[in-house]
Amino acid sequence: MKVRLVDIAHARSGDKGDTANVGVIALKREWYPILVRELSERRVADHFRGVITGSVKRYELPNLGALNFLLHGALDGGGTLSLKTDAQGKVFSTALLRMVIDVPDAEARSLGLASA
Amino acid sequence: MKQVVRVAAGQGFWGDWLEAPRRQVEGGPVDYLMLDYLAEVTMSILQKQKERDPKMGYARDFLGAIESVLPAIVERGVRVIANAGGVNPVSCAQAVKELAAARGAAGKVKIGVVTGDDLLPRLDDLIARGHALANMDTGEPLTAVRDRVLSANAYIGSTPIVEALSRGAQVVVTGRSTDTALTMAPLRFEFGWAPDDWNKLAAGIVAGHIIECGAQCSGGNCLIGWRDVPDLANVGYPIVNAHPDGTFEISKHPGTGGRISVPTVTEQLVYEMGDPHAYITPDVVADFTTIQLESVGPDRVRVFGIAGGAPTDKLKVSIAYRAGFKAVGTLVYAWPDALEKAQAADRVLRERLDRLGLRFDKIMTEFVGVSATHGPLAGRPNADLPEVQLRFGVRGESKAAVERFTRELAPLVLNGPPSVTGFAGGRPKVEEIVAYWPALIDKTEVQTAVEVIA
Repeated sequence: MKVRLVDIAHARSGDKGDTANVGVIALKREWYPILVRELSERRVADHFRGVITGSVKRYELPNLGALNFLLHGALDGGGTLSLKTDAQGKVFSTALLRMVIDVPDAEARSLGLASA
Repeated sequence: MKQVVRVAAGQGFWGDWLEAPRRQVEGGPVDYLMLDYLAEVTMSILQKQKERDPKMGYARDFLGAIESVLPAIVERGVRVIANAGGVNPVSCAQAVKELAAARGAAGKVKIGVVTGDDLLPRLDDLIARGHALANMDTGEPLTAVRDRVLSANAYIGSTPIVEALSRGAQVVVTGRSTDTALTMAPLRFEFGWAPDDWNKLAAGIVAGHIIECGAQCSGGNCLIGWRDVPDLANVGYPIVNAHPDGTFEISKHPGTGGRISVPTVTEQLVYEMGDPHAYITPDVVADFTTIQLESVGPDRVRVFGIAGGAPTDKLKVSIAYRAGFKAVGTLVYAWPDALEKAQAADRVLRERLDRLGLRFDKIMTEFVGVSATHGPLAGRPNADLPEVQLRFGVRGESKAAVERFTRELAPLVLNGPPSVTGFAGGRPKVEEIVAYWPALIDKTEVQTAVEVIA
C-alpha cells in the first residue's frame, strides 16, 4: 500500500550554516519502526535529489519516536549568504513529508494506516 | 533548598513578541525570566551599531522588556537573565541601571554583567600565537577573511552567570552566552549542582533547549494538529518547573492559549538538532537520545532520564565577516499563463544582465506559489494558477554590479511580458552580506569576568 509520510509523521526543521536538519516524528509510537525501515539515508537523499547538493546523515531517537536528518548543502550557503526564500531551512520539514512510502498491505491494515 | 524553581521564557530571539516578558511575570508565579536575544548574525549587526556609537551594541528591545517587568522585579524578586548585552554588555547594564533609576527604583536592582566573550580585540594576537580559528564547515583558516572580520565572540557557558546570581544580581546581562546557559545557570545556582554532575547539567541544557525559542514549544509554529491549537492570539510562553534531582516539567500560565504536549515539546527538541548523542555546550555534552517525555496533566509535560558527559576543552567562536553584496526583488504575474509569463520574464532579465556584462557569484530565480520552498518536489503546478511571484536574487563581490541589477527589475513592468504587478515596493535594496564563520578555540584562552553594579 502507498502511504503518505505526512499521514504518519510530523516534522520540524532548522539550520546550521549550509545544513538543514529535519526531525521526523511518528504520529503514533507504533508507526516509528516504519520510519526507521523506510527512511534510509539513501531514500531521503534520492527524495532531495536536485534540491540539496551534499550528503544526508541520519540519527535515530527511539526515545522520542523520531529520526533526525542532516541535509548538507541545502541552503545556498546558508544564513545571510543565501538568496533562497527558505534560507534557514524552516520548511524543509514539509518537503520531506511529501514522500510516499510502500508498506505491505497486511502491515498497513494492522497498523491502521490510510492509503495515499 | 527550594524543591521547585520556575524559569519562564520571555523572548526566543531579538524581534520576538514584545508582550511576552510582561505576560510571563504577571500571569502567575515565576522565579526567573529568561530572555534570549542572540542569533548567529545578531552579533555583527550589534558590532556595526557599536562602531557608529560606542555606547550601543546591545539589544535595545531589552530595555523595553525590563521596563515592562520592573514592578515584578522590585516587588516580587523575580530575577532576569538575558544575553541582551551583545557586543557591549557593560553599556547595556548601565542603561538598565539608568532606566531603573528613572522609574523610581534607583539602587533597588543589582545588575550583574558578564564579559570576556569578545575576542575581536585579541584576534591578531590569537592568530599570531598559532590559533587558526579555522572554519568548522570548510576548514579554511581565518586569515582568509581576517581583514573583513566584524565581530568574534566565544560562546560562553553558565558559570559566570551562576557567579553573578550568587553575588546577588537580580538582572544578569551577558554577551554571547549560549542560549541554554541562560536557563541552566539559575538551576545550578539554586540547587547547587556540582560542575561535574553531568546528568543534572545535561538536564539543565535540555530544559534550556526546550524553552529557548519561546512559544515554539507551546503551540507556535507547531505542525501537529495545528488547526486545533487553541487561542494562539493569547499564546502562553513556556515555563520550566525544575527540581533538584534534574527532572522538570514544562508548563504555561493558566488561561493562556497554545498547547504543551509530548508532540509539541518533541517538535522543539528536534529543532536545529545535530548529532543527538552529543549536544555540545561549554558546560556539558548532553545526550538527547536519553530524554524521556510524559504527559502529566493539561498543558504539562514531565521531562526526565537525561544523561550527559564531560564537555570538550574547546569553545565555539561566532565570527562575522563582510562577504559581498546581494539584492532580491519580486514581480507578480497574473492569469492567464501566469507561470509561463514569469518564466519568460526570468529569461529576459538574465539576458539583459548578461548583455550588460554584469558578473555575479550567484543568480537565483524562484517562482513563489509554484516551487520556491519545495523545488522539484512540488510536482507539476496547477495550469490555472491565479498568479505567480517571480523572485529574483543576485549575489557578488561588486556592489556596483548588484546596484545595477536593482535597476533592471522595474523596467520589465513596461518592456517585458504582460499582466505584471506587485512592484509598489520600488527597487530592491542592496544589502551588504555579513556571513557567519564558526570556529573553535581552546577554553584556556577565554577568561570571563563578572561585575555587579547597583
